[in-house]
Amino acid sequence: MSEVKPGWKTLPEGDIVKGGTAAEFKTGDWRSERPVWFPERCIHCMFCWISCPDSSIVVKDGKMTGIDYDHCKGCGICVKECPVKPNKALEMKPEREGSCQR
Amino acid sequence: MSKVVARTGNEAMAEAMRQINPDVVAAYPITPATEIVMIFAKYVADGLVDTNFVAVESEHSAMSACVGASATGARVMTGTSSQGLCLMYEILPIAAALRLPIVMCDVNRAISGPINIHCDHSDTMAARDFGWLQIFSEDSQEAYDSLIQAIRIAEDPRVHLPTMVTTDGFIISHCLDRIEIVEDKEVKEFIGGDRKAANSLLDVKKPVSVGLLDLQDYYFEHRLPVAEAMKNSKKVILEVAEEFAKKFGRKYGLYEGYKLDDAEIAIVALGSTCGTAKVVIDELRAKGIKAGMLKIRVFRPFPAEEIAQALANVKAVAVLDRSDMWAGQGGQVFTEIRSALFEAVKKPQLLNYIYGLGGREIDQPMLRSVFTALQSAEKQPLVQYLGVRE
Repeated sequence: MSEVKPGWKTLPEGDIVKGGTAAEFKTGDWRSERPVWFPERCIHCMFCWISCPDSSIVVKDGKMTGIDYDHCKGCGICVKECPVKPNKALEMKPEREGSCQR
Repeated sequence: MSKVVARTGNEAMAEAMRQINPDVVAAYPITPATEIVMIFAKYVADGLVDTNFVAVESEHSAMSACVGASATGARVMTGTSSQGLCLMYEILPIAAALRLPIVMCDVNRAISGPINIHCDHSDTMAARDFGWLQIFSEDSQEAYDSLIQAIRIAEDPRVHLPTMVTTDGFIISHCLDRIEIVEDKEVKEFIGGDRKAANSLLDVKKPVSVGLLDLQDYYFEHRLPVAEAMKNSKKVILEVAEEFAKKFGRKYGLYEGYKLDDAEIAIVALGSTCGTAKVVIDELRAKGIKAGMLKIRVFRPFPAEEIAQALANVKAVAVLDRSDMWAGQGGQVFTEIRSALFEAVKKPQLLNYIYGLGGREIDQPMLRSVFTALQSAEKQPLVQYLGVRE
């Protein structure tokens, strides 16, 4: 079943919609690289969570639990901000690695 | 009760703004519109209005602030001219598409280049396709009256579109004129309380998103209502004008016919030139020449059917354009009128004069020469430039 979209006579006036619709718009396929999380290195400092412009760091009970790949655009800010040394708890990997690689 | 005072166009517009008492004004100074906002800023500083005045760093920011403020449901006004209006161009169509009834005082001034600060209509005409209503004024009185009416028109649920009321740079904006000003409480009553917006960006109980990315599947459906609202606004402009006439005695329409009913030759013009033309027409009438004028007050929406009907029985008409659109076939007003007349069974022979660019004087002898040319219109070229050195 394809979605039936409203015509111009029934749409609300002026490109105004309810709040919070960004969650319904999946932007994960915009990525060319993805952040990969290594739980064993993570210190749960929440630097990635507070830096992520797309609210794509999934946190439960104050702990980092993973990445929302449906919305992560692959900007890499979380990797840049991760303070863990010598190896960061987040690393960027090419999106195609391990899938359609030739 | 109204009182008669001497006001420049800018003072008259600032006076109307004080009486309207908008919630937010965001503006940046530019000649010849600077005074409007400067005087208004003094009203804010003196506590004569409740307005939140936002001093911004450019006209781009001014219009952006206006859009944001208007999306919260506030009544918002601004003022600008020429290059300032040009800097707003990017935001003007956003205000229209979001259906925000921002009202702007726009002082017509030539756009650069070469750089010039004097009157022509090139700035406002270039903004004609951005979904804003455009009302032109012949003098300070019309600017004052139209600004008060503009709030009602723009905020009417059948319209919900931004509106600019224009004067001619220096010719109206800086010249003292006799005008009638109505009492503050009468303006307040006429406007009828606060703006009633359906949504507000600041309403946390009913959160909304405004101005979202709108691609192949919705953009078209969001543009069409602007065209529809523009069509509907004609009726609203006339209704508001009628109520204004009942209350304050001065009548307005989409256009004004001056000795047009039995005219054989006529000009079409807008703005301050119409005042000079009326003197010339009176002289010609005294000599038995059936001259007349159609003065366009509302350029957007364009009153095409109304103008076609009003010009049907005239033999020859000269359309005066105070700007050129570089199309090689005449100015903006001429192109609209020519198009409006295309289907008409009865129509006049049409000429176009482009005049007054960069504040070049348009005087009585020049207008007389146009009427003389109209008496042998069939021998004239379609488009001519009036008052330029060869």
